[in-house]
Amino acid sequence: MPKVWVYAELHQGKLAPTSLELMAKARTLGDVEAIALGGGAKAAAATLGKHGAKVVHVNEDAAFDDFVAEPATAALESLHKQGAPDLILFGFTPDSREVAGRFAARLGVGLISNAGDVSAKDGGFVAKVPYFGGAKLAAMKANKKPAIILIRPKSFEPSEAGGSAEVKELAVSIDAGSKRAHVTERVVEASEKVKLEDAKIVISGGRGMGGPDNFPLLEDLANALGGAVGASRAVVDAGWVPYSMQVGQTGKSVRPGVYIAVGISGAMQHTVGMKASKVIIAINKDAEAPIMKMADLGVVGDALKIVPALTAAVKAKKG
Amino acid sequence: MKIVVTVKQVPDPNSNLTLEADNTLSREKEVVLDPGDECGVEEGLQLKEAHGGEVVLVSMGPERAKDAIRKGLSMGADRGVLITDPQLAGADALLTARALAAAIKSEIADLVICSTESYDGSTGMVPPMLAELLGVPQLTFAKKVEVDGSNIKIHRQTADGYQVVEAAMPVLITVTAGIAEPRYASLKGIMAARSKEIKQIGLGDLGIEVGEPAETIQGFADAETRKAGAVIEFDGTALDKIMAVLAEAKVV
Repeated sequence: MPKVWVYAELHQGKLAPTSLELMAKARTLGDVEAIALGGGAKAAAATLGKHGAKVVHVNEDAAFDDFVAEPATAALESLHKQGAPDLILFGFTPDSREVAGRFAARLGVGLISNAGDVSAKDGGFVAKVPYFGGAKLAAMKANKKPAIILIRPKSFEPSEAGGSAEVKELAVSIDAGSKRAHVTERVVEASEKVKLEDAKIVISGGRGMGGPDNFPLLEDLANALGGAVGASRAVVDAGWVPYSMQVGQTGKSVRPGVYIAVGISGAMQHTVGMKASKVIIAINKDAEAPIMKMADLGVVGDALKIVPALTAAVKAKKG
Repeated sequence: MKIVVTVKQVPDPNSNLTLEADNTLSREKEVVLDPGDECGVEEGLQLKEAHGGEVVLVSMGPERAKDAIRKGLSMGADRGVLITDPQLAGADALLTARALAAAIKSEIADLVICSTESYDGSTGMVPPMLAELLGVPQLTFAKKVEVDGSNIKIHRQTADGYQVVEAAMPVLITVTAGIAEPRYASLKGIMAARSKEIKQIGLGDLGIEVGEPAETIQGFADAETRKAGAVIEFDGTALDKIMAVLAEAKVV
């Protein structure tokens, strides 16, 4: 059986949902050992065990929470020296990207990022990676050992497998050389009513909204429908709305029951993050926009007129 | 303070991408300085204006990537370095990071600025690899940067707010596109850029070998595509049709 590691991501003691998604896949590929670092690692180990980890390597040193990437890289390096796995899975998330990149460069093995799936083939591993604007899926074979593959969030459905993990303390000395980029403060700004990634209905706005002053129109519609508001990278880059609202390849992946794309052309950067939605409605002034070719219903017209009209109709229907 | 900004020439985000016969992205079309990198250059220039020093642009690409460097020089950067070598065509993230690291090492920079991710690749894997190979810490997703003596402090954008991250320089930072509005190059700046140095170097100058790539593409499959549904004009009945779709999805 191949030896597979899953890098579990903890956010201030809480296991990131992506980690359990990775577990669901990893246990079909080999014997899984998970690595959980920082506060809450031992509690997370129990959950990881239920999801199929045979062993969970833990270390609750506060340095893993307080310093960026380098302590975690040192821990992985230390464990790797005791025995290299065949495959290491990371989530393609901002935090895991930093650790995976650093670790892959330290080992000199490189990595495959932005994968949507991974399978065993000819004694190695092949990842499926969107390519050429998402129109194609490239089958990429990892040439190095360990194969390091970063998987997009929401690629797999988490499920318990029964069982429990053996918890092993990961011995690593984190010296001053790894304690450099220091997280000294955490500020929470957004108080999302409905979390974007969990919302059943998502209404996202792009450049076609004309400007940040028009985003409240989307919020009104989201409130009427009980949904959440997202955005394209273009308007996040333009500073209209915060990054927390970005849906797409490097933003959030969503798969709601209904996704309403307003004034979004449909670049691959955006569509990889939402194309698994059950129903897609696109509102755009351009009938030829790529988003129209993937929408279940495309409405051509002025978003600033259509959205308020739709909000009124929804309110009327709901009474 | 010596500042290196990594810059990349990318297909114009406003034009459509096409694929070459060997499945690499066509770069024959209109190409521009990556808009994210423009923000990196701007941030570098603002830090230089506040703290003194030099801004050096380092890029990897074909010879015509000099145009992207020239754009940054016309904004006010001091000089450029272009790594160009036929063997680097189609380089993966690690090889890119290795080449950039080799070129940047000789600059002995206090601060390396990258954009969070490129417009064409959008995976953001080069910066953490580059930081590792340079042996410096990485402070990423910066939406605000403050330099105080030899220390640097950033606001790191997170899903629900931001973190304050601090380190002693040298460091590598990645900046989000919202960090600074890139300035327009003045006519004077464009003229001045013509005489600024762009040093061109190859793999031999850097003393690195290409090696085996991390992955091999075995083939392509068409991605699952969604079938296009009806496309309608927003007329008298459009609202009813939207409501019907919402009702069928049981959300109203």
